[in-house]
Amino acid sequence: MLHVISALVENKFGAFNRVVTMFSAKGYNIHSISIGETEDPTISRMTIVTEGEDKVIEQIVKQLNRLIDTIKIIDLTYQPKVQRELLLISVGYQKGTRSEIIDICEIFRGNVVDINNKTLMLEITGPPEKIDAAINVLEPYGIKEIARSGLVALRRGEQSRKNIKEETETNKVGELK
Amino acid sequence: MNTKKKNMTGADIFFECLRREGVEYIFGYPGGAVLKIYERLYDIDFLKHILVRHEQGATHMAEGYAKATGKVGVVLVTSGPGATNTVTGIADAYMDSVPIVVFTGQVPTHLIGNDAFQEADICGITRPITKHNFLVRDISELATTIKQAFYIASTGRPGPVVVDLPKNVINSITEFNYPEKVELRGYKPRIYGHQNQIKKAAMMIQKSKKPLLYVGGGVIMSGGHRELYLLAKENNLPVTMTLQGLGAFPGTDPQSLGMLGMHGTYWANQAVNNCDLLISLGARFDDRVTGKVDTFAKNAYKIHVDIDPTCIDKNVIVDLPIVGDVKHVMAELAAEISEKPDLTEWWEQIETWKQECPLEYDMSDGRLRAQYVIEKLSELTNGDAVVVTDVGQHQMWVAQYYKFNHPRTNITSGGLGTMGFALPAAIGAAFAIKDKPILCITGDGGFQMNMQELATAAYHKLPIKIFIINNSFLGMVRQWQELFHAEKYSFTDLSDSNPDFVKLAEAFDIKAYSVSSISDVEPVLKEALSYNDGPILVDFKVVKEDMVFPIVPAGASISDMIIRRLDPKEMF
Repeated sequence: MLHVISALVENKFGAFNRVVTMFSAKGYNIHSISIGETEDPTISRMTIVTEGEDKVIEQIVKQLNRLIDTIKIIDLTYQPKVQRELLLISVGYQKGTRSEIIDICEIFRGNVVDINNKTLMLEITGPPEKIDAAINVLEPYGIKEIARSGLVALRRGEQSRKNIKEETETNKVGELK
Repeated sequence: MNTKKKNMTGADIFFECLRREGVEYIFGYPGGAVLKIYERLYDIDFLKHILVRHEQGATHMAEGYAKATGKVGVVLVTSGPGATNTVTGIADAYMDSVPIVVFTGQVPTHLIGNDAFQEADICGITRPITKHNFLVRDISELATTIKQAFYIASTGRPGPVVVDLPKNVINSITEFNYPEKVELRGYKPRIYGHQNQIKKAAMMIQKSKKPLLYVGGGVIMSGGHRELYLLAKENNLPVTMTLQGLGAFPGTDPQSLGMLGMHGTYWANQAVNNCDLLISLGARFDDRVTGKVDTFAKNAYKIHVDIDPTCIDKNVIVDLPIVGDVKHVMAELAAEISEKPDLTEWWEQIETWKQECPLEYDMSDGRLRAQYVIEKLSELTNGDAVVVTDVGQHQMWVAQYYKFNHPRTNITSGGLGTMGFALPAAIGAAFAIKDKPILCITGDGGFQMNMQELATAAYHKLPIKIFIINNSFLGMVRQWQELFHAEKYSFTDLSDSNPDFVKLAEAFDIKAYSVSSISDVEPVLKEALSYNDGPILVDFKVVKEDMVFPIVPAGASISDMIIRRLDPKEMF
């Protein structure tokens, strides 16, 4: 099963390498990995998509935690989250297929970002399944090149306690009535 | 407060940091990239630099020093080959959790990546075998980095740390500022175990009928031998130890079952197989201990105390994990136990196993055997010498026949199994320990892997007793070839190529003897033990075809243990 792990790491020389080295040294798979600075410039967030049984994932999380340069590791797999991937895809077109491709792009809420007399480049974002679906649908037109960003994900904001409490109380009142 | 800060060179900052860390010895070798440090070293008297003959030797010396004292061992080498030569020692320290800090020289920062002379990306190379490593890119980071390096190496689960020092960083000048405290937001080792888990563990011990303490090197590292002794003695618990755990509990105590695992005692392994409660203390369920994991302590409820959470559920799934410093956890555990378990039947059972298959060897043919030499040594030193071993048959015989009575007296390469470890590690230990004899028990194969360090031992007149268990073979490999590889003794026979070890020692001005008869063993050992003017070497010419028994074949269940070599008569 695929797991999404979010790791906050020191924004330092070598930190990314340490994480990747750990994966290769222990023989774990990396499906995708992305890294970027966070709201705190001294911290980077890595989003790692990896595969394994629960026992393996537990070890991965522990091994990541063990690295000195990692600050916080969260397995987002079972958490409410927003996850997105960016796809840049270059598709060939002939007379008549151009508008079809643009239609498809619109259905996926993407943008046309480049065009010449042979190819169109589209930009589509979304969860990985949506990206897979877009690639699938565009396949027959002749895909020239693909670049995928790898997944980025964030846990959804928690509903504050106060709001939840108020809600339940309202409900209770409602029931009593 | 003194607000006036002094400007210092990188080299001076380096030494000032070491002084504040209380470093007594540096094991090192000079070279181009660290010349500035060696220039300053010339006038420094608060620590002693030990010149090694090969950088691998330096790392093992630092390990020997660290294992004997619990303090951080320090290595200083140059860039490129100097740095890469330390790799085996660093990997060894990583596997056995030994606190060492290795300072490597590096080419100037502007040349990094240029394939400069004697450049090697040592941080890249050592990343998977260090607890952490640093490349100091600017002199402003130097003092903080050194402080962090010592802190990381010595706390939590200890391990090696590499600090790479570019030449221009060492040569430049800055204001010296040593941090009082280390604050690392990504590194907070957990000391105290979870209270409820400890209570539960205590309850399990009280209820169990067949408990067993399975003790690893973590108990020694944490300094928890007294806590272990109390926990075991007050509750009459049997104790078995891993190779690294030997010494944590007195080997002569009747509650000690000796070592478990591949070459463990029959009774210790039977106890593991049949216990109903296995309490692992600072051990990591290594494959040399468990054999086939599915059948390891199959019916036991398993408690695992370890400071490193990654050790838990790594090889064997346990029922009750306790993450924390084993010393503290054992103390709390002992305090929680209110009712001692009744173990009369369990002890009777263990006694039966002991009678069934004692450790024994046959001397009836009158030929000299390694086991005899080691048993004699154990007697003569009363289990109170620092015993440094190499890797192979002699190492296992020491584990079986030397009765370690004190922590930090058993120094050996366990996890990585590094041949060539013993001599340099014994040298490192000899600098630290002056009130106990230092025995370096090695094989004829392993000894030749780092024998250049005889020069270091001789120069410093260290009273190390080097005992070569010489069977003219790579004995452990030979044993596997005989048992599992169709008796093809492929490249393990050294008899035509071994040097004359006595002459070799004499070339270094080291006193040496060769012993091949049983009657000579005791007098020569006595002489060696009383000789303290420098190293002494004894070449024991032992039977070459001897094997270490019992043995659990790799990957087999503990119950598939082979107890002794089959007599051809028994085979048909």
